[in-house]
Order: sequence, then structure tokens, then C-alpha cells
Amino acid sequence: MRNIWTIAKREYENYFNSPLAYVVAFAILLPSGIYFSLILLSSAQSAFMGGGGAPDGTPTNWLFVFLMVFLSPALTMRLLSDEARMGTLELMLTAPIRDFELVAGKWLGAMMFVLSIALVTLIFPIILENLVTPGIDWKLMIASYIGLILVCAAMLALGVGISALFTNQFAAYFVTLGLFFFLWFMISLPVQFLQSGGEFLNYLSLSYHFAQNINNGSMTLAGITYYLSLTALGLFIGTTAIEIRRWR
Amino acid sequence: MIKVSGLTKDYGARRAIQNLNFDAQQGEIVGFLGPNGAGKTTTMRILTGYMPPTDGEAIVAGYDVVEESLEVRRRVGYLPETVPLYNDMVVFDYLKYMGELRHIPNVDDRVEEVLDMVGLMDRASGYVGNLSKGMRQRVGLAQALLHRPEVLILDEPTIGLDPGQVVEVRELIREIGKERTVLLSTHLLYEAQNLCDRVLIINKGKIVAEDTTENLQARLLGAERVVVRVRGEADELADTVKKVKGVQRVETHEDGAVEFEFSSGKDLRPEVAKQVIKDGYDLLELRPLGMSLEEIFLELTDDSRKK
Repeated sequence: MRNIWTIAKREYENYFNSPLAYVVAFAILLPSGIYFSLILLSSAQSAFMGGGGAPDGTPTNWLFVFLMVFLSPALTMRLLSDEARMGTLELMLTAPIRDFELVAGKWLGAMMFVLSIALVTLIFPIILENLVTPGIDWKLMIASYIGLILVCAAMLALGVGISALFTNQFAAYFVTLGLFFFLWFMISLPVQFLQSGGEFLNYLSLSYHFAQNINNGSMTLAGITYYLSLTALGLFIGTTAIEIRRWR
Repeated sequence: MIKVSGLTKDYGARRAIQNLNFDAQQGEIVGFLGPNGAGKTTTMRILTGYMPPTDGEAIVAGYDVVEESLEVRRRVGYLPETVPLYNDMVVFDYLKYMGELRHIPNVDDRVEEVLDMVGLMDRASGYVGNLSKGMRQRVGLAQALLHRPEVLILDEPTIGLDPGQVVEVRELIREIGKERTVLLSTHLLYEAQNLCDRVLIINKGKIVAEDTTENLQARLLGAERVVVRVRGEADELADTVKKVKGVQRVETHEDGAVEFEFSSGKDLRPEVAKQVIKDGYDLLELRPLGMSLEEIFLELTDDSRKK
């Protein structure tokens, strides 16, 4: 555990030296801010016309997760591929740390960076709390954030796992992006065309559990299990890839 | 401290090292000598737990490199040949990070200590990426020394250093080698001769010779060669030398000096000296020509030169 934390801390600090990480943070926070302002405007307008419900903060979290499909691969692409390219993997593999600790540490570092960005978005529900009477549904908001954390955990773990397979960070980026694209948009497409029997594909979709259930306040066991399994799978792929590198 | 038996490693179809057997004791500096691609780095990578061997066994600091890899890695300091470092880190932070991964207590103090040892105190706050080749080498060495390892494995430790630093680093290695086990690879024969208690010569994945540097010279030589030089013209010096019984392979140099050989064990230099003086020459020089490690090395590793 201590080693995972040491590695995570370094990776986290390292993000702040990297222009790419700032770009990612900006690319999430700017659209989220604009989107939030639009939500406020339209709610205000509806309220002025005498209709519409109170706004809540969950749509911005949906946008956050949606943007992560494209941006999280940029955060994970170099985590292990660059170590292999620079040769520093040799340092890590001859240091007294387990392969899993290396992979998990990288993942945790990325996770901490994403959580820092998510922390900034807390400003949206806090603003809403002050604008809406009698306040917003905090239980729903907490569920939404737990969902966001789960989806990001899964994405970053898969990203780290794929990064371990490559020595070129851009190869890692595009493969990760392709996988997320498939899991987010395409895997549940047949559900719309099939008369019946395709519903199980929803369960494999990266977006379904978050968008349909968790972000609406329904913490389904299937959803939690799905994201945690993907996280474990990503870390497993990463650890195995490192082990295979040793044997080559 | 290091015990290797039957070590073999295949990269796909290519056999990098084949059935290596050697050991290194505590307080010993062992040199690993061989041409590029001979298998030095491969062997070192196995000993440091970086990769497992295809066959055979290696015990480092009392632990098996495959079964108890983490225990081995805790006790080994390793300087890889390419000196990989995190370029985007400050020197001090880099060493601190490596120290934290090794759970070193009071890591800040220890980092300062090793920086001082390798003479990089003034660059502690600079970025690793801005260092020169020699400085990188020293940061790598600092990293290898950080946890006071029982076994130090150094892949080409003095490459890229300027002459002054080479002397310092050798001194440092010699100091460490007094108490710990050091295995270092080099292609500088002078360095091996100078620094190592024992030399392993490896070629094409096999150990072709293993001995102390002195013994290696004596053993390979079989005979000792001596050069004689006298004052003035000495056209018949060779004939004079040939008069001494037991002298073999007499050759005359262009400058008039004469080289000859006798079987090691019975030194014929006094007899030759007497004969030269008896024949009226002014003896200037009677110098043994020790075969340098360079020649031994070429002898052993270059197939085309084999007799």
C-alpha cells in the first residue's frame, strides 16, 4: 500500500508539470461551466414563464463523464508506455515493488488528478443550493458523484492497462479511445434494432449504468459491480502486461 | 553473496547467455568483461530481478532471484547501462522518490549524503533532464547506493565520465567494494585490471576465462617475454641472446632491441644479462613484457586470432 501511495503521489504531482494535464482540466471545466450557465438560464426562463422544475447538478456530471471518454485516454496514455520507452521501467522493475503496486500506483495518481478536477465542479451544486429553495437534492448529488468516481475509476484503470501494452503513448491513446468509443456508444446499439433479447448488452455499456440509473439516484448493484469489475480488469491487464515484458 | 549456476537466457530463438557459472564473495569486486552483445547486460538484468532466466539458478544476497525477487531487489543496488532517469524530475526529488520506494528512514538526509558522495550537491535542485551524460551517470550511481545495498551491480559505471570523475568514481567503488559485493561490467580492460579483484571474461554468452587479473595474465602467457636493449649498434645481439640455453623465439626489433621468450617458472634474465655483458655490450634495459589484459581479451574472444 505504501508503495502504491508513493507512486500515486509522484504521478499526481507530475500532472501539474505537464501542459497536457492542464489542457484536459480546461477542456472539462470550460464546457461544464458553459453548460451549467445554460442550465441556469433556461431554468430561470422557465420559472419566469411560470413552469419548469428546479435545476439540479447531475447534467454537468453527465457531461464530465462524457468528456472523459475522449480526455481520460490522454491522462493515462503515457503512464506506463513512457516508462517503457524511456527505459525507466527498468528502474521500477528492479526496485522492491510488486508489478501490481506499480500499475495501481499509476492508476491512483490519475484518479487523484481527476478527482481534483471533479472537486472544482462541486461549485455547481453549491451555487444551486443557494439559488434554489428549499435547496437541492443532496442525496441525488452524492449518488451522481459516486457514479462519476466509479466511471472514471473504470476508464482510468483500462487506460493504464492499455498504456502498459505499448511503448508509444499515441498508440495507447487511440486504442484506449477506440475501446471507450465502442463501450460507450456502440455496444448497446443492437438493443435498438433487436425486437428483444438484446437488453443484456445495456449492462455492458459504459454509459448505461451511469446515465440511466446512478445519475438518477438509483445506485444499482449491477452498475457498481460493472464499474468495479472494469477497474479490476484494467489493473489486471496492466499487471499482466508488465509481467509479460519481464519474460520477453 | 552472488552465486550463479547454469544460468541460461533465450530471447526467442537467440541464446543470449549459456550455462553461466560464477560467484562473488563479500568484499570482492568482480569485473565482467566482454565485447558488446556478449551477454553482460542480460546477466546483470537477471541478477537484479528485472527478468527471469530461461534456465539455471542465481542466488543474490542469500535469496533466489526468481522465487524471492523482492528480497533480492531490496538488497541490490543497480546502475543500468542506459542510466534511465525521470527527466522531468528535480535531482533531489528523484532520489527521494527512489528512496521512498525503498522505505529508507530519514530519506532527505540520506539523499544529501549520497549526493555528496557522488559530488552532485550543487545540482540537487536542477532538473535531471538538464544534466550532462557524466552527471546522469553519477545520479544513477547515487540511486544505486541510496539504500546501502549488500550487492552492487553496475553496468558500465564509468562510461561517459571525464577523466577526473572516472578516478573519483573508481575510488568510490573501491571503497564500497571493501565491505560489499560489487559486480561491474566494463569494456575498459585497464579499468578491470585496476579495479577488480577478479575478472570474468564473457564472449557469446559463455564465460571464457575467470581468474584474478594477475593469474589470468600468467596463465594465458605460459611463457614470459623479455626485451633487451643495449647501447649503440648491436647487429649480433640476437646471436648473443641465443647463446643462453632455454631462450626461445628470439626476434630483433627495427630499432635493434631484441625480444625473447622463456618458459615461465625459470627466469633466464640473469643469464641473459651476464651473456650480453660478456660479449662486450653496454646493457641498457632488460624489461619483461607482461601480456596486457587487452591481448588476453582479444586472444580469448576473437576467434580469427585463435591459434
